[in-house]
Amino acid sequence: MFESFDAVFLARLQFAFTVSFHFIFPSFSIGLASYLAVLEALWLWTGRSVYLDLFKYWLKIFALAFGMGVVSGIVMSYQFGTNWSVFSDKAGPVIGPLMAYEVLTAFFLEAGFLGVMLFGMNRVGKGLHFTATLAVAVGTFFSAFWILSANSWMHTPTGHAINAGGQFVPADWWAIIFNPSFPYRLVHTVFGAYLTTALVVGAVGAWHLLREKGNEGARVMFSMAMGMIAVVAPLQIFAGDQHGLNTLEHQPVKVMAMEGHFKSYPDGAPLVLFGWPDEAAGKNLFAVEIPKASSLILKHSWDAPLKGLDTVDRKEWPPVAVVFWSFRIMVGMGMLMLTLGLFSLLARARKRLYDWPLLHRFALAMGPAGFVAVIAGWVTTEVGRQPYTVYGLLRTVDSASALDAPAVGASLLAFVVVYFFAFGAGTYYILKLMSHPPHRGEEGPRRDQPVRAAGITPAPQVAENIATGKGA
Amino acid sequence: MPFGIDLPMFFAFIIAFAILAYVVMDGFDLGVGILFPFLPVGRERDSAMNSIAPVWDGNETWLVMGGGGMLAAFPLAYGMILSALYAPIIAMLLALVFRGVAFEFRWRDPRHRALWDVAFSTGSIVAAFAQGVTLGALLQGVAVQNRTYAGGWFDWLSPFSVLVGVSLVCGYALLGATWLVMKSEGSLQERCHRFAFRLAVGTIVAMAAVSAATPFLREAYWARWFAWPQVLFTAQVPLLVVIVTGILFWSLKRAHHYTPFLMALALFGLGLAGLGVSLYPNIVPPSVTIWEAAAPHDSLKFMLPGVLVLVPIILAYTGYSYWVFRGKTGHEGYH
Repeated sequence: MFESFDAVFLARLQFAFTVSFHFIFPSFSIGLASYLAVLEALWLWTGRSVYLDLFKYWLKIFALAFGMGVVSGIVMSYQFGTNWSVFSDKAGPVIGPLMAYEVLTAFFLEAGFLGVMLFGMNRVGKGLHFTATLAVAVGTFFSAFWILSANSWMHTPTGHAINAGGQFVPADWWAIIFNPSFPYRLVHTVFGAYLTTALVVGAVGAWHLLREKGNEGARVMFSMAMGMIAVVAPLQIFAGDQHGLNTLEHQPVKVMAMEGHFKSYPDGAPLVLFGWPDEAAGKNLFAVEIPKASSLILKHSWDAPLKGLDTVDRKEWPPVAVVFWSFRIMVGMGMLMLTLGLFSLLARARKRLYDWPLLHRFALAMGPAGFVAVIAGWVTTEVGRQPYTVYGLLRTVDSASALDAPAVGASLLAFVVVYFFAFGAGTYYILKLMSHPPHRGEEGPRRDQPVRAAGITPAPQVAENIATGKGA
Repeated sequence: MPFGIDLPMFFAFIIAFAILAYVVMDGFDLGVGILFPFLPVGRERDSAMNSIAPVWDGNETWLVMGGGGMLAAFPLAYGMILSALYAPIIAMLLALVFRGVAFEFRWRDPRHRALWDVAFSTGSIVAAFAQGVTLGALLQGVAVQNRTYAGGWFDWLSPFSVLVGVSLVCGYALLGATWLVMKSEGSLQERCHRFAFRLAVGTIVAMAAVSAATPFLREAYWARWFAWPQVLFTAQVPLLVVIVTGILFWSLKRAHHYTPFLMALALFGLGLAGLGVSLYPNIVPPSVTIWEAAAPHDSLKFMLPGVLVLVPIILAYTGYSYWVFRGKTGHEGYH
């Protein structure tokens, strides 16, 4: 059934599918790990039990999200070899060691302390437990550092040479790790993860405030999340703008596609708000434009000239419509986040933060916005790098394994089915946990399970739950 | 060579170590999954699951280390092996997804516990079998041309690879059973003790069958095992297997709690040593050597300090987290 497809296209689809699904979990757990560390620190510092309750409430959700991130991540570490073996052979000497450092500094740290963080509250002292939580949070950050360095090198390769076998070989590790787009991508991604988490926490808080204004846990989490969004959303817009300028410098073709600039504009390029890029015709249909605004944003001058895709061979074009639209989705989400942040500041100033249903409904609707923005942003940058895997040097068509389309198609189908089933169920369980209001004396992840201090096995409780028809 | 060491060789040892660490650690938790259908629902299944819940995720990290380390240190071999063994690798990854999520899901959703238990055990069995098939297919040899895999996408399937697959399922089940003998008590321990006996017999028979078949796969394997004088060295492997097997059965008979697990680990270590004897100096048999597949010197040199400093630290805190959850599952809280 897959004979008529192009094996490389299917392999790209498979990578896009598995990496998008995977990244949903870390983009949430990077932020959530830090949030948990903050909650535990606040509990240790102030002794207020609401922080411990919230810690335990979110820890159960973290356990689920983290587990799904781990298993979908194992897939990623093998996908380079199964579907992109030529890329692995050629770029492995440069990006491989970065990923090896990710495993050594981050994955083991997270996995090693996760058990203690989840189940060890009663087995180790408070200080050691907090250390474990911190180790997990720091681990997620190290992980982002290394993998984004490797990814950024594929966008802006520097510090390498090419040997007789056609392999990229390291010449200057400092230049490789801190390649030109890395600092921007790191900041933009980490802010994105914080925003994603804050939006989810805010939405859960809002949901419970809509039902019960006085719930202390809901108040605290909502207030913390809104504060985070009010601070980070503007910072993120600034960081995104800086990242865009960096992209203009190093990958101008990507920016042309993002802006929908098919033509060159010698005296001021318009900002295309909406439109439908028609690649074949080389123009935007139904375009709504603000004259000269793009030059103002990208060059800080109304009349600055900007080159368009007409200056570039069509063989170097990324898929314009995808990049154009995913970019607009991301920016649109960013603007909505800024609006939410400002709205919450207004509510705080008027002392109506816990008592303004419109704000709570808006925050609830914005719950998934972080995920949408994160995936749209990655689509923009990754599709915008096409037709290359290592920008300007190694084409995507020359990177793939020599596999037949049916093999790739069948595995793609298997991934789609398994992921929707397994991660669909996981998402449902997470939503179910979130639907329970936070309350005093919140239970940790394993109150109903036997690895714990009391030494009681959960079998009677599970049996009881079944008997009474109660879910988890 | 700078530092006076052969870096490709050093990294081959590191990868081998990661694989050993993975096989023995995830081996016992996969083994618990394989035994799961044979444990009664309720208390026994729950405490079996809980004995591995805090550590499985660290155990699987060694698989990522093996994959990531291969990409970093032997990028050529990584690409060749994974594209050659496409089907079993993908099957393993999907199976690991199922069993990984089941750890949390079965507690979150008691009404569908039976479904997630099936996902957990099927995932464990398929992952173990696929790993064995991968190993068997690698031993058979991989057709290579122009730095890429040049065979068909069903080359991996053969009686030998299936034999190794079945053997590994049996071996992991032995690790799981002996782990539970160590970590549990009462009826679960008694049951696993009985399983361990039968699985030990099965594992020894399987190891013997695989060992007997391997020298006939390729002439080079025969030479590596039986050529004089290295036979003096290689003969130690089967000799040690006999000794370890003896201690394993003796300790099972005496109903020791810890020794059977340690002996099962030793069997796996010896199995890997045997694998090393067969493969060396190839990393992708029959043609690609460790040195041909190795990443450039600068890549390896960059990773060297990381490995030398971080691996001992990792082992230390992994040990710490095992120590936190030491003792029999379900009774620790009483001390």
